[in-house]
This record gives sequence, structure tokens and C-alpha cells, in this order.
Amino acid sequence: MSVLIIAESENNALKRNAAEVASYGVALAAKLNTSCAAINFHAANAAELGQYGISKVTHSTNVQKSFDANAYANAIAAYAPKNNVTHIIVSSSADAKFLAPLLAAKLNAGYAPNVVALPEELSPLTVKRTAFTNKAFVHTQLLATCNIIGVGNNAFGVIENAVDCTVEEVDAENVTSNLEQVSIEKVAGKATIADADVVVSGGRGLKGPENWHLIEDLAEVLNAATACSKPVSDMGWRSHDEHVGQTGKPVSTNLYIAIGISGAIQHLAGVNSSKVKVVINNDPEAPFFKAADYGVVGDAFEVVPELTKKLKAFKALG
Amino acid sequence: MNILVCISHVPDTTSKINFTENNTVFDSGGVQFVINPNDEFGLTRAIWLKEKQGAQVHVVHVGTSKSDPTLRKCLAIGADKAYRIDTPAVDGSSVAKELAAFVKTNSYDLIIAGRESIDYNGGMVPGMLAALLDIPFVPNCVGLEVDGTTAVAEREIDGGREKLKGSLPMVIGGQKGLVEETDLRIPNMRGIMQARQKPFEVVPAQQVEAISEDMKFEKPAPKAEVKLVPADDLDQLIELLHKEANVL
Ligand SMILES: Cc1cc2nc3c(=O)[nH]c(=O)nc-3n(C[C@H](O)[C@H](O)[C@H](O)COP(=O)(O)OP(=O)(O)OC[C@H]3O[C@@H](n4cnc5c(N)ncnc54)[C@H](O)[C@@H]3O)c2cc1C
Repeated sequence: MSVLIIAESENNALKRNAAEVASYGVALAAKLNTSCAAINFHAANAAELGQYGISKVTHSTNVQKSFDANAYANAIAAYAPKNNVTHIIVSSSADAKFLAPLLAAKLNAGYAPNVVALPEELSPLTVKRTAFTNKAFVHTQLLATCNIIGVGNNAFGVIENAVDCTVEEVDAENVTSNLEQVSIEKVAGKATIADADVVVSGGRGLKGPENWHLIEDLAEVLNAATACSKPVSDMGWRSHDEHVGQTGKPVSTNLYIAIGISGAIQHLAGVNSSKVKVVINNDPEAPFFKAADYGVVGDAFEVVPELTKKLKAFKALG
Repeated sequence: MNILVCISHVPDTTSKINFTENNTVFDSGGVQFVINPNDEFGLTRAIWLKEKQGAQVHVVHVGTSKSDPTLRKCLAIGADKAYRIDTPAVDGSSVAKELAAFVKTNSYDLIIAGRESIDYNGGMVPGMLAALLDIPFVPNCVGLEVDGTTAVAEREIDGGREKLKGSLPMVIGGQKGLVEETDLRIPNMRGIMQARQKPFEVVPAQQVEAISEDMKFEKPAPKAEVKLVPADDLDQLIELLHKEANVL
């Protein structure tokens, strides 16, 4: 029995979510009274996982650099049985949700994504995960010999627990690819909805794309990602990849600020698992006020620039 | 070209989510079931491929006869044939295994499923199916071009898009972007009449064993009342976010 975390990388460095996945894996291993190792492709700083209690990283660079789900799944499926892995921990990133089902099928492993806490039972392994797009939780038993747990973004948190970490270089086995990358477009240097601590989101209440500087300026002060409601992307005011909600991207951030968004059930479903929600809306009856932690009833065109100004001053003070 | 679209049957997005039998069973009383929105985008894209390049579009669903109206709707908006694999859907792995067995006996060039179902949000079935069949898979698919023996599929990634090319057959996990909301079709009278004549086959299941089981549901704790801050006192909001919520 042992725990394995899959630490994701990007541009040859660990992704931010690796810290939370490592913290979860180490805490689970402690409960199981066993060890927790990591597997990583390409991160030059893989040893930093030691900060979160990982003492051994299996590191390979003989796979394609840009994430290749099938090749990575093949390599991990070859590694896991040889190393007696019984619990595999992944994140809830788009890449992890690509990789995990492939790996689960290859290993005939059980898989539960969007898990919000450590298992409540170890045998049979029982985890709590979100369902019905955050309108409920379900307690799921994973009954295979090896099971995969997908930790919800920001659901567990990061636990610092520094140990010595050895990085063992090995050639990954069985790395066959069945897709060829034609192109990749990625906005550089901008916080993404998946990774940002803060997301500032705008709705139809902003009246038109020409007013989006309100959202962007506020986002800049907070180092936040920008997002929007579905009609805003449908009308082409903002690009599709900003659309959040039940049929868009899920948001599970520390702070979600909704501006000129009414709070329709489909919107809320996708953003509800964010820790703290703030709503700015001129209609006190807007349903978002029932789902938010903090609210300002007011005109976005007045409140948002004022808030941006005040936050700038606040941040300048440190 | 033969296209298979995998259909999940889910509560409508506005449904109130409740549970019965000591929180072990989803309460479907008064709930309207629909084609899973992500699957509907995929089905619409399949119908376009049929109209532009010529194709047979089949839909398949693992479930009980309760889902038949959902499959009839797929036929009414343009699918040519529906299959229902006759067993309750228990977990992602068993559904994927049932579908894999079905696909092995009926050959398809392209298999379109949804990014995830909006009820259990597992997002497991399409990837597992592709791995079981050992064919390429592209999830979160927002663009798709099919050309003879290969396909180029675009997936949404955190902060951008990636275009991937692979040989057919391929599995994709579709979502909005594959077609737009306004492209979705509403069944008309003619479509509904035609659907009655279209083949609808109930296929016996393999009876594979599930490897996970949902034991109990729980609703989130009721939310505390929102704290309202006057629009002319935003310092108070910053103070609350900083000191109380600890998020600044
Ligand atoms: C199957 C299905 C799936 C869906 N999926 C999604 C989804 O994933 N994501 C999503 O967002 N929606 C989704 N929707 C749509 C959803 O039902 C709502 O229509 C949508 O969220 C509303 O967007 P909005 O809040 O921007 O616009 P509106 O509902 O029009 O709200 C605009 C708000 O702005 C406020 N406002 C106006 N002027 C000002 C001002 N000057 N200052 C401050 N506030 C102002 C108004 O009071 C109002 O509350 C889905 C719908 C369906 C049927």
C-alpha cells in the first residue's frame, strides 16, 4: 500500500496546484500509516515538493513537454502497480480531468473527482465530493484495489511540512502518444480562472464590452482573473473562455466578485464553491444577494471605480 | 461516416435538488429531465457533420426506459437511430465498459460524448471509453473538423486553447463552443412525427460490476445572511474582506 501524487508542471516548473495535491497526499498517507511519493514530468524544481512533506519524487523527462494525457497515463499506469500504489491523488485542473479517466480505465481503478476533504472512511475508501454542480454533496465508496482521488480546487488547502526530498530521474515506460499537437494558444502572464486566488466577473449589468475596463482595472489591482456570465459571452462582449457557470468553466476560488450579475441558478451552480462571494448589483432583489457573503447595493459604474481606487490605496499600504 | 453520440439524461438545470429514503436516493418527483446540455452541443455538431459531409448519426444511452423520452427527442432533432443499453447507470466506469462493448460490435468513426454530465459531474465516461478502446480522446472540445481518416479537435485549457490532431476513430468530450446555444435545435412537429418511424433498439447489458458506489447525499449547509455594505462606505467592505474573510 502506498500513496502517489501526480504533480503537474507547466513551462518546466511545478504548477501551483501541486502544493495542495501534495498536502492532501501526505495527510492521507499519515492516516493510512504509509508513505506518499510523487511523480512529475519536466519540472526543474520538483524537489520543492519537499516543502509539503513529499520525500521522494520520480521524475521523468523522456515524455513530450507539453502535457500529453495519453502518454502520461500510460507511463503512470506502468509505474503504479510496480510500486504497490493503492491511492493516486490528482488535482481538478483541466489537465487532471483529462488524464485521470484515462489512467482509471488503464488501471481499472475507481475514480472520484471534485473531492472536498480527506476520506471519511479508509476501508471501504469513502470520499465526499460535490455533485449536481455544487447543489449537493455525495459520499462515494471507491471499491477497486487502486483508486484515484481528484482534490477539488482550494478544497483542502496547503499544509507546509518541510522534509528532505530526493528526486529520482527515471525514464518513463510505455510512453506512446496518440495525438499530435497542432497549436496551442495561451494568454501569457495573465491569471487564469482555474489558478487565480481572486476572480472578478461581469454580467449583462455592465451594458456593453466598452465598459469592461471597470472589470479589468479592479482585476488588475487584485491580481485576479476576469470572468463573465453566459449572455456576456453569447453576445460576444467577452471571449468564450471567460464564461463561468454550469455550462461554462467552474470557479472555485478564494474570492469571487460578481458585478452586474443577477445570480441565476445556472450561474450560481458553477461559482458556488468559491470561498467568499461578493456581489455588486443595483437591484437589492437580485438572487445573487442570497448566495453571497458580502454585498453592495449600488450602481456598478459608481461603485466599481471607487472600490478599485480604494483597493489600490489599501494595497499600496502593504 | 458513422457518428455515435453518447447521451446522458439529467435533471433540468433549474431543478430543485432533493433526496429521499434517508438521503440515499435522488428525488426525481416533479423534476424535468433533459438531454445533458454538454451532450446536446455534441449532438448538434454531429447533425451538422451529417448535413455538410454526410453521416449516419446514432445516439446511445445506458439507462432504463425512464430515459426513452430523452432519446426520442434526440431522434426528433435529427439523430438517425437510438440505442438504449438496458441497465441503470451506476458509475462512470461501468457505463464506459458497457459503451465500449457496444462500440466494439458496431463500428464508428467518431464518438461524441459531453464534457461532463451536470448531475454527477464526473466527466469520466468519455475518457474511460477512449482508453478502453485504445483510441484518441479530446475533452473540453470547442472545435472539431473531420477529414476522411483524421480529425482536428480543439480543447479549452486553463487560459487558452490547444488544437490536437489524431486518427479516427476518436472520442471527444463536447461542450458549448462546439456549436453555440443559438444553434441548438428545438424539435418541430415534423421531426417528432419522423422520430416515431426511426429505429430505436434496446440492447441487453453486459452487467459489468461497478467499482464505485454513491452511498449518501447531503445538501450544503444553509448560507448565512449576506452582509450588506453601503455603497458610500467601501472602506468597510475592504476592512471586512481583509480582517474577517481574510481574502485580501
Ligand atoms: C441550460 C442553461 C445553462 C446556463 N448556463 C449558464 C452558465 O453556465 N453561466 C451563466 O452565467 N448563465 C447560464 N445560464 C443563463 C442564466 O440563466 C442567466 O440568464 C444568466 O446567468 C444571466 O446573466 P447576467 O446575470 O449577466 O444577466 P441578467 O440576468 O440580465 O442580470 C444583469 C444584472 O445586472 C444588474 N444591473 C443592471 N445595471 C446595473 C448597474 N448599473 N450596476 C449594477 N448592477 C446592474 C441587474 O440588476 C441584474 O441583476 C444558463 C441558462 C440555461 C437555460
